[in-house]
Amino acid sequence: MADTLPSIQLDHVSRHYHMGETSVRAVDDVSLSIARGEFLALLGSSGSGKSTLLNLIAGLDRPTAGSIVADGADLAALPPLQLARYRRNTVGMIFQSFNLLPRMTLEENVELPLRLAEVEHGERAGRVREALERVQLTHRIGHRPPQLSGGEQQRVAIARALANRPKILLADEPTGNLDSATGEAILNLLRDVQSQLAMTVVMVTHERPLAERFADRLATMGDGKLLATSPAPKVVAQ
Amino acid sequence: MKARDLTDLALRNLREAILRNALTTLGIAVGVASLVAMLSLGVGLQQLASKRLSQSGLFDTIFVTPKNSFRGMGRPKPRDSEPDKPPRPLDEGARKQLETLPNVIEVYPQIRFFTEVRFNNKPYATVVAGMPDSSRNSGAFDGMQGSFFSSTSADEAILQIEFAKDLSEKPASLVGQDLILRYAERQTNPVADGGDVSSAAGGFSVVPKELKLRIIGIVETEPAAGYGGYGNARLLIPLQTATTLRAAQVNDLRDIVRGDTSDKLTYSSLSVRAKSPSQVEALEASIKNMGFNAFSLLDASKSLRTFFSVFDLLLGIFGSLALAVATLGIINTLVMAILERRREIGVLKALGAADSDVQQLFFVEAGVMGFLGGIFGVTFGWLLGRAITFGTNVYLKRQNLNPIDLSSVPWWLVISALVFAVLVSLGAGLYPASRAAKLNPVDALRYE
Repeated sequence: MADTLPSIQLDHVSRHYHMGETSVRAVDDVSLSIARGEFLALLGSSGSGKSTLLNLIAGLDRPTAGSIVADGADLAALPPLQLARYRRNTVGMIFQSFNLLPRMTLEENVELPLRLAEVEHGERAGRVREALERVQLTHRIGHRPPQLSGGEQQRVAIARALANRPKILLADEPTGNLDSATGEAILNLLRDVQSQLAMTVVMVTHERPLAERFADRLATMGDGKLLATSPAPKVVAQ
Repeated sequence: MKARDLTDLALRNLREAILRNALTTLGIAVGVASLVAMLSLGVGLQQLASKRLSQSGLFDTIFVTPKNSFRGMGRPKPRDSEPDKPPRPLDEGARKQLETLPNVIEVYPQIRFFTEVRFNNKPYATVVAGMPDSSRNSGAFDGMQGSFFSSTSADEAILQIEFAKDLSEKPASLVGQDLILRYAERQTNPVADGGDVSSAAGGFSVVPKELKLRIIGIVETEPAAGYGGYGNARLLIPLQTATTLRAAQVNDLRDIVRGDTSDKLTYSSLSVRAKSPSQVEALEASIKNMGFNAFSLLDASKSLRTFFSVFDLLLGIFGSLALAVATLGIINTLVMAILERRREIGVLKALGAADSDVQQLFFVEAGVMGFLGGIFGVTFGWLLGRAITFGTNVYLKRQNLNPIDLSSVPWWLVISALVFAVLVSLGAGLYPASRAAKLNPVDALRYE
């Protein structure tokens, strides 16, 4: 169950873009507190700003206003090098299209964040194996992503996201490219990992039924604004 | 990222687009090859010229003559000359005094005289020169047929190849054969009472003499060429042998005309060898202060070095043009790589790569292409230089001329070319690397 101390704190966060003379409010004055170990689902239709908000939490983008404090670090104030370190060590990220490097083997893909984090060479093999064991793909360690099914590729992406033992796992439409059965299996895996490692998970999805089954809390966005947050029905039932 | 991981990733990326990267590397190699080939020709020509001149022993040698002895007919006396004071003779005392000067290795007389050589009962006119024993190590006798003089006073002769060709159609067969040297020995006459120089009394007689010499070697260079005053000597004998012959020389005629009929040995010129060419200038000044004329080819060598520096610079500029074109190839390849690997750059950044990591990755890729291009380029350049030398020597052989080593790739050229190739490649990688580093990860991840 979720810890009461916030893992991620968003205060009046906005992200505005200028497209010619038009100003686009992708995220508009969002305040949200996500507790440690919580599984939060960000729901909304296309263009509602949920992926932009996830990118802000991931440190891939910076807010135009407001503050984001994640694991004690104010992301808006971090210099670029420290923001890169935050992405490397504090968060793990998985994407709808997996974003594995096709020419690398599974082992090399999972090793990539360890290289970036300058983990000692001797320690890497064990960490890679540990991550692949968690997603039950050690037997495919020497294969390349194109040789795997979509569900297997997403499991490799999860292993890669876990390699550096992050405190926060961010998932952008992780089931978007998968059939419903595989998608459900992936969310089961995410849920298991979250509970075993006591990680905070923020997942962007537009599939409300799945979100209701697996998340602790639902946050609904529309036109860049946070419209509502509510506990998932299973939590209410408990 | 650690250097090892960076290099590993860069090599992996280069292997991925192997054809394009190989062509880019080939472009660099062609650029470096043209640069190396041009400079190797420049260096080769410079070495060729320097070697020929140094073999003649001119750069570390000062030629000393008595004052006024080389003023041509009709030339006015220098203003600072002292008309009433006779010039200091270049005798044995002067030679010993010159030997005591600092940084002098040896002082030996230039003994050259006209002679008639009889070989197979046929006469051949030529000039004989006495060679000091030190000339053995000057490099001028490297690669000679036969051997150097067995002793400093041996009755042996080394022939210059052109003279040997005059003597026989098969010059090599001359080694071991004898020839007769006919020369004019100077014999001092007793001075008549009154010592009237206008009379026939006093002076010296010129008596024809013969000496049998064993031919022991044939040399292709001209060790006694250059500043000698009487043309190139084509028959070389040991200096001590030449001295004991007391052969009449050109300065003997000058001495008798001046009325100097003493039996005292004087030299027409002495060669003073310095320890190194850098000491020649100071030594030359000291000798002039002693009251002699001194002359060296130091100024000529300085002009030669300046000429070759400019020559090398021009060759380098022309050679660099191809490398400039190759630079554009690197920029093009890396910019294309950014477009192709846009999404990958986004993934790297999402996984925690800093801008500097991405920048370094592209830099290493450019550097590796430059290094490999440099290695291939130096090899191609060397081969090109050898091919030009080969072609030139085929031409020279057809013209019945001796082969030459036209190109030279010294170590400094190899290392400079490699460093230059890497630096140029890194320079070319600056813009693409900076562009890749500045990619917005959100945009890059969205890129299909």
